[in-house]
Amino acid sequence: MKPTEITRRELLTAAGLYVMIPVEILLAQEPERLPARAGYPTDFNAYLRIGPDGRVTGYAGKVELGQGAMTALAQLLAEELDVPYERVTMVLGDTELCPWDMGTFGSLTVRQFGPVFRAAAAEARAALLEMASEKLGVPVQDLEVRDGIVRERRNPERAVSYGELVAGRRIERRVSHATVKAPGAFQILGTAPSRKDGLEKVTGRAIYAGDVRLPGLLRARILRPPAHGAVLRELDTSEAEKIPGVQIVRDGNFVAVLHPQWDLADQALKRIRAKFEFQEVPLDDSNIFEHLVKNAPPPHTVHQQGDLAVGEKLAQIRLEATYLNSYVAHAPLETHSATAVVQGGKVTVWAGTQTPFRLKTQIAETLKIPEQNVRVITPYVGGGFGGKSASQQALEAARLAQLTGRPVQVVWDRAEEFFYDTFRPAAVVKIRAGLDAEQRLVFWDFYVYCAGDREAQQFYDIPHQRTLASGGWGSNPPGLHPFVVGPWRAPSVNTNTFARESHIDALAAQAGIDPVEFRMRHLRDPRMRRVLEAAASKFGWKPMKLPSGRGVGVSCAMYLGTYTAMMAEIEIDRNSGEIRVQRVVLAQDQGLVVNPDGSRQQMEGGIMMGLGYALTEEVRFRGRMVLDRNFDTYRIPRFSWMPRIETVLIENPEAPASGCGEPPIVNVGAVVANAFYDATGVRLYQLPMTPERVKQALAKT
Amino acid sequence: MVRTIRLTINGRTHEIETDDQRALLWVLREDLNLTGTKFGCGMGLCGACTVIVDRQAVRSCTTPVSAAAGKHVLTIEGLATDGQLHPLQQAFLERHAFQCGFCTPGMIMNAYGLLLQSPNPTRQEILDAMEGNLCRCGSYHRIVDAIEEAAARLRGGKQQ
Ligand code: FES
Ligand code: FES
Repeated sequence: MKPTEITRRELLTAAGLYVMIPVEILLAQEPERLPARAGYPTDFNAYLRIGPDGRVTGYAGKVELGQGAMTALAQLLAEELDVPYERVTMVLGDTELCPWDMGTFGSLTVRQFGPVFRAAAAEARAALLEMASEKLGVPVQDLEVRDGIVRERRNPERAVSYGELVAGRRIERRVSHATVKAPGAFQILGTAPSRKDGLEKVTGRAIYAGDVRLPGLLRARILRPPAHGAVLRELDTSEAEKIPGVQIVRDGNFVAVLHPQWDLADQALKRIRAKFEFQEVPLDDSNIFEHLVKNAPPPHTVHQQGDLAVGEKLAQIRLEATYLNSYVAHAPLETHSATAVVQGGKVTVWAGTQTPFRLKTQIAETLKIPEQNVRVITPYVGGGFGGKSASQQALEAARLAQLTGRPVQVVWDRAEEFFYDTFRPAAVVKIRAGLDAEQRLVFWDFYVYCAGDREAQQFYDIPHQRTLASGGWGSNPPGLHPFVVGPWRAPSVNTNTFARESHIDALAAQAGIDPVEFRMRHLRDPRMRRVLEAAASKFGWKPMKLPSGRGVGVSCAMYLGTYTAMMAEIEIDRNSGEIRVQRVVLAQDQGLVVNPDGSRQQMEGGIMMGLGYALTEEVRFRGRMVLDRNFDTYRIPRFSWMPRIETVLIENPEAPASGCGEPPIVNVGAVVANAFYDATGVRLYQLPMTPERVKQALAKT
Repeated sequence: MVRTIRLTINGRTHEIETDDQRALLWVLREDLNLTGTKFGCGMGLCGACTVIVDRQAVRSCTTPVSAAAGKHVLTIEGLATDGQLHPLQQAFLERHAFQCGFCTPGMIMNAYGLLLQSPNPTRQEILDAMEGNLCRCGSYHRIVDAIEEAAARLRGGKQQ
């Protein structure tokens, strides 16, 4: 493509014809309820191709965010096809090459897409066996496959390789009866081969969306309002234009500075003088909770059983509390980045996104071009955690590429990342519960505002209970939140687990019963009992009455079909108010484990990340202005925080593989709060448990 | 001030005509297409942009290119020699001391700087030296293990 020179005036005219789309609409979010496994193609050729050399390429609409999707999917493919893992290459998140997918979130890659992918590979293998049978003149039942070569069992000389059978073509044969392997036959699943993305990542060769280099590439920096909803009133770009090589594009509120170098575009951006107008909204991080409770939409009943009034009459001890958590940022280390090029009416966008196929539709709508003229390529993504389900940066890059006719790259700086993040919503949970004369839970009334209803319904055995949920991280009435909120690793479950497990612990303390024993008395599900036992034995849990002064805590959760129990030991500096988590044990039953090392990475990473929302992470804001702009004020976990971590994976290969990327994080808030109570006899009701809050709580006693 | 700056990057000498106050990070990424060095915060707060300048680990986002003039710069792209991974890279790879990998070049280069200064660090020294490098994916434990292992291998002199 030949870059065309465009003068500023022309750009403005072109821009003038352009229709603005408000940012809020562009920030489409993960649907709160996932549709059933639909929309995947039925032709197995969509998922795999076998080269003449026997190398296998797998195709999936999932993306590699660091969670190991590339490795786990390659394992599934290699296992079902009976080819060596090393011979498999995965292509992910390319809308032109890969089968449609809804997006990479909800720990669905192995749990939901995995069976589809496995089935495709199994059918391909069955088809190849039939083809080999005809070619070799040997019945299928007398054939075996090893390393991509089909042989007659009794006469291994008679053999044909996958590569020869396919000869570089599509496989036209279909087999309706193909079945996937039974767990006993696994050779690659359940092992931990070297990660597919490893070599590129340790050599710096791994390409992320901001690393794409194209001839004539311009970097764009975009003028941002000081607050959400602000309108541009005055603009003076004359100083910015003095920097050689700068181009300025304006379209209403959308003003971008383009330059071949990011830092010089940024320098020019800082020279723009702009005045914005916006309405003051009387909200901040301290009064937000009251506002949420007052303005949340009417609740829906998540679950109801027995009769609360009856339960309340039976109760001898009643306990009521309100739990709070602030807005939390995703803060992936890679900021939102994208590179776009328009060529002959076709646009190609490399984007750091969790939702390439939805993005493709959004780009088509934004540029007003047919969807088939849009290709989204997802290179490696530098962390997502739900925050890259929204891909505003890619629409900005595409728009600017269309306006300028040049390839354009958008790499947000850290302040933009904090400003446009789709935060985990601030939330409030109110719980009332009671124990009867035998110290059994008799009623439970749970009301969650704004977090969402996932895992709001508790799993302890309580005869009279009700769970209500109002609002969530999906769609919200305008004005409820001062900025956009969205899914954050294990959406709604961190909030609901913090509240539930804190309250269960408080009830155990009231009852004077060891908190593990108290939970056991109310747990029927054998899988949950088993993980709790496994955690207790690894941790060396000693039965006690709360508070014991030792500073140990426990928390249990169920999410995405995965069972988890966590125990932790903490230390508190009463002068500084700082909590230090010394040791964490996490036991997890996630059914079939595709890659135990991959699961452990997720468990360790989830615990570390969880310490952030438990101890320091909260977004400070005034009205619709976000005050945190970088890692100096928004503090995320670092090396010095490292507790000793021990992980236990329960062997349960007969149960289907469930999610493992999100469940490890959900207990961290509660386990620390419970350990804090055990150490001090004081309960903390608000996340994060910052030094200030700790000191305040301790001062009250 | 725009001037010609001469510096050696990964063993090759470059002459770049540029504003000498520009951050080394952007000269590496945008002018020289060395994209292994990452931008994470731009304010010296995350370590993703760490490179070695004359045997010292520095944050290239806050280092003006003028400060590297006449010096030797080593980036992640220059760490492997003759197709042989450096022991740090090898240990990160084997221990899966990364997830998304975005912090990885900075982690490896910062650790490289540490091992230049202190070939036999204690675990606490490793933690202290790495404190300014952030990993949102939480690979911290594996990173420390990988650095310890690489340090041991380097001392064993199996590879250099
Ligand atoms: S980008 Fe340089 S320290 Fe973060
Ligand atoms: S591996 Fe993702 S930030 Fe470290």
